[in-house]
Amino acid sequence: FRFPSPIGHISTCPSLIGQCCKTHPGSFQEELVIRPLHSGDIYASFQFRTLWDTDFLQEGQKVSHYRLFPKSLGQVLSKFSVRELHISFTQGFWRTMQWGQPFIPSPPGAELWVWFHDTVSDVDGNWKELTNVLSGIFCASLNFIDLTNTVQPSASFKPLGLGNATDHRFLRYATLPREIVCTENLTPWKKLLPCGSKAGLAVLMKSEKLFHSSFHSQAVHIRPICQQCSSKAWELRQTLNVVFDLHTSGQGKKEWSLFKMFSRTLTEACPLASSSKVYVDITDNPEGELFELSPATPLLGQAVVLGDRRTYSVYDLSRAETFGQLRSFNLLLRWKGDSGDMLRPLLHAERYVAGFGLQTGEIHTVIYNNHPYRAFPVLLMDSVPWYLQLYIHTLTVTSKSRDNKPSYIHYQPAKDRHRPHLLEMLIQLPPHSMTEVTVQFERALLKWTEYTPDPNHGFYVGSSVVSALVPSMVAMRTNFTQDQPLFSSFVPVKEESSYFVRVYTEPLLVNLPTPDFSMPYNVICLTCTVVAVGYGSFYNLLTRTFQVDEPSPPLSKRLANLIRRMRGVPLLT
Amino acid sequence: MNYCNLITIFAFINLLVSIPHGYSNYVEVCTSRFWFNYRHVANTLSVYRSVKRLGIPDSHIVLMLADDMACNYRNPKPATVFSHKNMELNVYGDDVEVDYRGYEVTVENFLRVLTGRLPPSTPRSKRLLSDDRSNILIYLTGHGGNGFLKFQDSEEISNMELADAFEQMWQKRRYNELLFIIDTCQGASMYERFYSPNLMALASSQVGEDSLSHQPDLGIGVHLMDKYTFYLLEFLEEVHPASQANMNDLFKVCPQSQCVSTPGHRTDLFQRDPGSVLITDFFGSVRKVEITKDTINLTSPVEPPIKRSGSSDIQIESLTYVDQLPVAEIIHQKPKQKDWHPPDGFILGLWTLILLVFFQTYGIKHLKHIF
Repeated sequence: FRFPSPIGHISTCPSLIGQCCKTHPGSFQEELVIRPLHSGDIYASFQFRTLWDTDFLQEGQKVSHYRLFPKSLGQVLSKFSVRELHISFTQGFWRTMQWGQPFIPSPPGAELWVWFHDTVSDVDGNWKELTNVLSGIFCASLNFIDLTNTVQPSASFKPLGLGNATDHRFLRYATLPREIVCTENLTPWKKLLPCGSKAGLAVLMKSEKLFHSSFHSQAVHIRPICQQCSSKAWELRQTLNVVFDLHTSGQGKKEWSLFKMFSRTLTEACPLASSSKVYVDITDNPEGELFELSPATPLLGQAVVLGDRRTYSVYDLSRAETFGQLRSFNLLLRWKGDSGDMLRPLLHAERYVAGFGLQTGEIHTVIYNNHPYRAFPVLLMDSVPWYLQLYIHTLTVTSKSRDNKPSYIHYQPAKDRHRPHLLEMLIQLPPHSMTEVTVQFERALLKWTEYTPDPNHGFYVGSSVVSALVPSMVAMRTNFTQDQPLFSSFVPVKEESSYFVRVYTEPLLVNLPTPDFSMPYNVICLTCTVVAVGYGSFYNLLTRTFQVDEPSPPLSKRLANLIRRMRGVPLLT
Repeated sequence: MNYCNLITIFAFINLLVSIPHGYSNYVEVCTSRFWFNYRHVANTLSVYRSVKRLGIPDSHIVLMLADDMACNYRNPKPATVFSHKNMELNVYGDDVEVDYRGYEVTVENFLRVLTGRLPPSTPRSKRLLSDDRSNILIYLTGHGGNGFLKFQDSEEISNMELADAFEQMWQKRRYNELLFIIDTCQGASMYERFYSPNLMALASSQVGEDSLSHQPDLGIGVHLMDKYTFYLLEFLEEVHPASQANMNDLFKVCPQSQCVSTPGHRTDLFQRDPGSVLITDFFGSVRKVEITKDTINLTSPVEPPIKRSGSSDIQIESLTYVDQLPVAEIIHQKPKQKDWHPPDGFILGLWTLILLVFFQTYGIKHLKHIF
């Protein structure tokens, strides 16, 4: 556009008339939690929550006014009758043994699971269109999600939002372990926030720093929740978890600041946010002997999260004094002492492929229960692509070198090129034990066109999901209040003595027998040569006739013959 | 929260489209996979960056990158793609939207984007939304040969296919004028077969010549850019929305002394004289605007429908959360009753065989003894 000089400005207000502000209330909260880890790394978790009191699925009321809630997602929800949507993009693998449990776990690559409303008649059609639309919104290759990698878990992935109907025919789950996460996924994600990346905590999100980390995960969770359980509201949570490595981002010095982590400092809270806070986990530092935190803050908060009571220093960004004289807030965390060993996480899982060669193999999933005296059940969900043909009769579950029979097994075999394997098992883990689940498989030979352009890289198998109710050390809160920090109010809690946790294992990289792609060319060349030489010579023998052809005499002889003719003398031969 | 009751606008911008063409649309494709083809991604992103700098929104650009270089684990500076030695210019930036990435960049998808024959569920950002007044710029880079361009090391697009695709676009009135730039080895062979009107083409090398890369970077370990696109980028950095540079200047970019290969161009299918065609006709959509100082009052907006309170009585849905791991419920879960289907295939054949043998052995008239 060519603008010579704009005169004046257009003043608008967020809502066109005052009445609609009342009928479409909503709120936006943002928070950042910083947890220093024992190895010297630092874990930062952003959570943005947009609440919207409206009902998309109510008949006759077409929603057309969007204020804080992004319009692109609102239209997606109403068009496809989505009850819950959870999508995450992760780069890197969460190391539970070094970093503890994350606030919101996610597997490497992209993961999408959706609960549809029970009025939907064609769930598969809605699912296919939804993945295409989301691939456009998030600039990701989600259109590769089709029936060959979608499963319907029967017991895992219960809805995290309101509702009582849990017919798993309306649930779809898919992962793309190969999906790359980069700035092109972060850009549209940031655009969904009410303040964008211009104000508030989102100014810290600079891709050059965020992707230069050990772990980066961004997610969008949409679900219906109840506000004080009197009215329904839609909740959109955008979370971004990142773990900065001591050596790559920290240059080896155990000193972290917002500027060092994000190359930015905070200057203001998002004006549209009703609360904007920064929490720093100081539970391991009660007297200040482990690390030093500046600027000091008198505000302290306590929250019960992941079964433990943690203490936090709270910085309220809606107050001007947080920013100090320089109008800029830069948190500084300097390690003083050496931290001891981290408390072992109670639940931990690993997975690997055993075996040799390109014909068979074995998948081993190892689940550790590190609780000293309590046993608890876990639900293991495995979704294996069809080209790894599982032999379920070789499935063994052993704990402490004894057979451990699962109390529930749901297995849906794969159909070649139609459906992947789905294996769900409810296993009781004995206290302080290691449980190993093994199953043998055979690798299939794919059709020539089904190989990717780089087949020697291998094929990915998505992470297994281990869902468990882990006994909690302190009593969990069963009802959510308004002032509770966001990171402790994500998963609904039904009973006080345990908390729900989901652990993802590593994805597997399996080599399939790869054909030689130059073979068609070789075959054509060889066949054509054989045909040409064999049939061609035979054809020549049958159809070739020989004629005697006198060669023309050289010039000297011709001249001599000409002279002889003139003389009348017999010619030379 | 009432910020205002009446909207007062004291400047209103009146859009007047005085130039016959509408918005420009862009398709930028990098066709190479693997880390050592970093320069092709850098080429494509440089053109993307120039186009965005001239004011084009992402909705008009279809960017296809066959591999991810920025967040590749081999990249020493993640989330960056540099086009110049010493890491001076990060062409990846902070605001990039890649529409087709990784395995999605195939010949089929490229031709579908051009001709508009996409499945109905394709999102708008992945479509080329052009009409008969749009000017389109198509930029291709990768590895090529005499008459073909290689896509992702596994398939090729030939110059005939490309020419046919452009003819389809012309027949469907999907472009007004089209500029085709290609930076590959023997790139001129790709535009030899064009036969549709209003096409102008530029290539980085003639048939029989190789396009060379510009300079390696010792920190990253690969070549950062190709010579032709490097000088093209340098040229475009000087173009601004009001620039009067024309196509003849673009043809002079990267002469043989700089590029080693001979860039070529083709203008015989183009109806206007290239000297009269502005660069900004293709690289930056320019519209004339007029500003008035009149005040305009907007009419009062439509009242939103009042929320029906009656519906809440009908829905007595309990506002409770579901148990995340209901162990007792899971253990006693009954298997889902599958719908009954008549037996097919093997089972049907087996039963037919059994019945056949049965009737063969016993015969029909003896049946009464059995039953």
